[in-house]
Amino acid sequence: MSSADREAKAERIRHLLETEGDAVEANTLGFNRGRYESVAELEDYEALKTEARAIKEDAIERLPELIDEVRAAVEENGGTVYLADDAADANRYIREVASEKSADRVVKSKSMTSEELEVNEALERDGVDVVETDLGEWVLQVADDAPSHIVAPAIHKSREEIARLFNTQFDPEEPLETAEELTMFARERLGELIADADVGMTGANFITADSGSIMLVTSEGNARKSAVVPDTHVAVAGVEKIVPSVEDLAPFIELIGRSGTGQDITSYISLLTPPVDSPVVDFDDPDVAFADRDDDREFHLVLIDNGRTALREDEHLRETLYCIRCSACANTCANFQSVGGHAFGGETYTGGIATGWEAGVHGQDSAAEFNDLCTGCSRCVEACPVKIDIPWINTVVRDRINREGDDGRFEFLVEGLTPDEEPAGLDLQKRLFGNYETLAKLGSATAPLSNWTASVGPVRSLMERLVGIDGRRELPEFERRTLVDWFEARGPRVPAGDADREVVLYPDVYTNYVDVERGKAAVRVLESLGVHVRIPSVPGSGRAPLSQGMIETADEKASRVYAALAEHVDAGRDVVAIEPSDLAMFRSEYEKLLPEQSYERLRERSYDVLEYVYGLLENGADGTGLRTGDGGPEIAYHSHCQQRTLGLDRYTRAVLEELEYDVIESDVECCGMAGSFGYKREYYELSMDVGDRLAEQFTEPEARERLVVASGTSCEEQLGDLLARDAVHPVEVLDPQSRSRLE
Amino acid sequence: MSIDTGVASERFEAALADLDVPVTYAEPTAFDRTLRSIARDPAIGTPLPFESVSLPEWVDEDPTPTSLESAKTGITAASMAIADYGSVVLPATDEGAEQVSLFPDLHVAVVRLADIVPNMQTAIDRLGPHLRDGGSAIVATGPSATADMGALVQGAHGPKEVHVVVLRGTESETAGETDE
Repeated sequence: MSSADREAKAERIRHLLETEGDAVEANTLGFNRGRYESVAELEDYEALKTEARAIKEDAIERLPELIDEVRAAVEENGGTVYLADDAADANRYIREVASEKSADRVVKSKSMTSEELEVNEALERDGVDVVETDLGEWVLQVADDAPSHIVAPAIHKSREEIARLFNTQFDPEEPLETAEELTMFARERLGELIADADVGMTGANFITADSGSIMLVTSEGNARKSAVVPDTHVAVAGVEKIVPSVEDLAPFIELIGRSGTGQDITSYISLLTPPVDSPVVDFDDPDVAFADRDDDREFHLVLIDNGRTALREDEHLRETLYCIRCSACANTCANFQSVGGHAFGGETYTGGIATGWEAGVHGQDSAAEFNDLCTGCSRCVEACPVKIDIPWINTVVRDRINREGDDGRFEFLVEGLTPDEEPAGLDLQKRLFGNYETLAKLGSATAPLSNWTASVGPVRSLMERLVGIDGRRELPEFERRTLVDWFEARGPRVPAGDADREVVLYPDVYTNYVDVERGKAAVRVLESLGVHVRIPSVPGSGRAPLSQGMIETADEKASRVYAALAEHVDAGRDVVAIEPSDLAMFRSEYEKLLPEQSYERLRERSYDVLEYVYGLLENGADGTGLRTGDGGPEIAYHSHCQQRTLGLDRYTRAVLEELEYDVIESDVECCGMAGSFGYKREYYELSMDVGDRLAEQFTEPEARERLVVASGTSCEEQLGDLLARDAVHPVEVLDPQSRSRLE
Repeated sequence: MSIDTGVASERFEAALADLDVPVTYAEPTAFDRTLRSIARDPAIGTPLPFESVSLPEWVDEDPTPTSLESAKTGITAASMAIADYGSVVLPATDEGAEQVSLFPDLHVAVVRLADIVPNMQTAIDRLGPHLRDGGSAIVATGPSATADMGALVQGAHGPKEVHVVVLRGTESETAGETDE
C-alpha cells in the first residue's frame, strides 16, 4: 500500500468515525450487552451452541442430498424450487415470475441474500416497483443508502437524520419527530403499498428439508404481511440455509435473537410451509369473506449457489457456510463498534464473518477491502452461536491476498531483515510487522543506538512514509540484555531437586527483548512459590506473522517452537506464558499449524502465568512470599481479548482477590491496539477510538487513582498512550521486588 | 430459559409479565365476559377449535379485507404456548387466522391451559408433524416491534398490544405441564 492509499484509507475511516460512529457505537454496544445478559440466562448455552454447530456441520456435509429433499418436499406441497447458479441466473428467474404475474409492485422483507443478488435493481430495470418493507431497509431505500449491518441495516442512522429524511421526502402535514411518529408514518405508508402488491418476496433464515418449510426471524411483522397478502411468494435463500428437519430448528430459535440483538426471542418466528393455507388479502374484492375464498397461491423457492458449492469444497473457508447471519461477530467486534459496516463491509456482507462471505460470493477483491479490520482479537469466536473460527478465516483470506502480491518496489530494503517464507510481493508494512522478531533481535543487539535511531525525526517520518508506522505512537524500546541472557547469568534460585514442579518460562519476543522486567517478575513469583524455573531460548510463537496473514512463516515458527519445547514437555515440565496472545497460539492456532499429537501435547502442558499461579496456590503452595493487597495498591485491571476468549481472565481476578487486592475490571472487548494494528498509520484513529471506551472506564472517579494492570503487551502500550500513566502486567503486582517500582 | 422452576403455567405467566403482555385466566362459563372486558370494538376473530367455548356473537367471525382494516381487535386460537418465552403458537388457517392475528392493533390469543408446553424444543417437536403435513404457524412473542427509528416502538407492522387468554377447565389440563 502506498502512502497516498494509506492516507485515503485513514481519511475514510476518520469520516465514518465522525458521521456514523456514534450511532453505530450506541446500537452495537446495546446489542452486545443484551447478548451477554440473555445468554447468561441460558443454563445450557454451551450445549446449545454445540448442538447448533453439529446440525450445520451435518447439513453442509449432506448438502446435495438435502437440496434434493427440499425440492421434493416443496413440489409435493405445490410450490416450485429453482436452484440458481449465480446472481444473474436467480434474477432472471425472479424477473420471469414477476413478468408472468404482470407484477407492477413487489414488496420485500429484509433479506441479505437478495442484497447479494441486487434483485431490486434487476426488477426495477423491468419497470417493477420494488418496496422494502422492513423499516430500516425502507429508510435506506428512501435515502438511497446501503445497509451497514446484517440485522439492523440502518444502524448508522440517528432518529434525527431519519426525521429530516422523511420530512424532506414526504412533506407530511405535521413534521415527524419522535420514533413513534416515524414508525407509524412508515407503517401506514408501507401498509398501503403492501395492500396492492402483486408479489411478496422474503428471504429465509432456515429451510427444513423434511417439510419444505421456511423459517423467518423478524420482529416487525412485515415479513408476515409480505408473505401472506399477495398471492405469489418468492423466497430467496442461499443453499446453506437448509437443515435436515423441523426439529433441528429449536436450538437456532433459542440462539439467533440472543446472539444478534440480545433479545431472548424476536417477536415472530414464522414457520411457513408454502404455499400457505392463509387466504389472500385481496383489496380489490374487499367484502368477500376470507373463509369463502379458494385461493390458488404460488410459491417459488429460489435457492442460490453463487459460489457456495465452491466454498463448501474449501477446507479453510467451509465454516463460513455454518453462519446463521445473527450479527454477533459484528456486534462484539471492537472495531465494528467504532466504525460500523460501511468501513467494515464488502459488496454485500459486513462484519467479522463477511470476509468469508465476500471471498466466497464476490471473490477476494471484495474481501480484501476490509480484511485488515479484523485484528484477530478472537472475541467473535466466543460470540458466534455456531462456533465459527472467524479470525482463522480472515487470516487465510489475508494470506491469499498477500500471495496475489504487488510490485514489491521496496523489496531491497528489507530483504536481509526478513527471512520469511512469504512471496516477494508481500506488502512492506505487513512484512515488517510479521518479522517483528527479527527486528527485535537486531534492535536489542544494537540497543541503545537502535532506540535512539528509531526515535529521531527523519527516521520516524521515513517509517511513516514507507511502512506506515504512525508517528504519534511511541515505539517500544529494546533492551540490550535479553531475559534469556539475564536468566542464563543469574541461574535458577530454586534447585530442581527441591522443587515439586519444573517450569519452562516462555520468553516471548516482547518480554525477551523489550519488557524484560515483567519476565524477571514472573521468574521471582514462580520461584517464591517453590517452582524450578528454566528459560531456554525459544523462537517467537508465530503470532506476529500470523496476524499479517503470513501463514507459512507462522507455520515454520510453530515447528521451531515445538522442537525447542518438546523435550521439556516430555520431561514433565510445564510451559508458562506471560503474553496471552502467544498462549492463544499454543492453545488455538497451533491446532492448524502442528501435527495433532504435537499440538495436543503442548496444549495440555501450557499455561498462562496467572493461571499457573492460581493452580499452585489452589494446590497448597505457600503464597506468603508474594506481595499482597494489604499494603499494595488498588487495581484497575484490563484483561486481554484472546485471554478472555480462552476464559483465563478469571484466574488473574481470582489470584488478585485471594491476595486481598481491591480490583475493578474493564469489560471492553479489546483495547484497540491489537498487536500491530494500532501502530499502522491508516488505523491509528480507529485504534484510539476503540481505546477510548477502555480509557473512559479507567478514568471514572472510582478507577482513576488505581494502578493500571493489563495482561497483554499491546494493551499496556495502548493504555499508556490513552491514560498517560503506565500499565504493568499482573505478575509484576505479585512480585515482592517490584514493590517500590509500583508505588 | 431452560431453568425449569415451577410449573409451566407459572413460568409462562412470568415470561409474559417480562414482555408486558397481560394474561387473563377464564373458565369456559366466563369466557364471553372475559373477552368482553379485553376486546375493543370492532372485533374480528376466527372460529376457535376448542370444544368448551366459541366466540361470542359480537365478534365478527367472518372477516373480510374491509373488516380486517377497520377492526380494533383480532381474536384467534393458539395451538400451544411456550412457558420459557411467553410465546403463543398461531397456526395459519384458511379462515384467515394469520391475518386476524396480525392486522388489528390488539391481538387476543386464546390458549388452553393444557397446551402450555415448557420449552422451545417441546414446541418444535410437536410442530414437526404439523409442518410436514403442510401446515404453517407463527411463534409469536409479544407485540410487533422495531427499533429502526431510533427507539423501541411497538406496532411496527403488526399488533401494538397482545393479550393472552388462558382457558381453564378443558380436557387433559395437565398434559402440557410435564417436561419431556
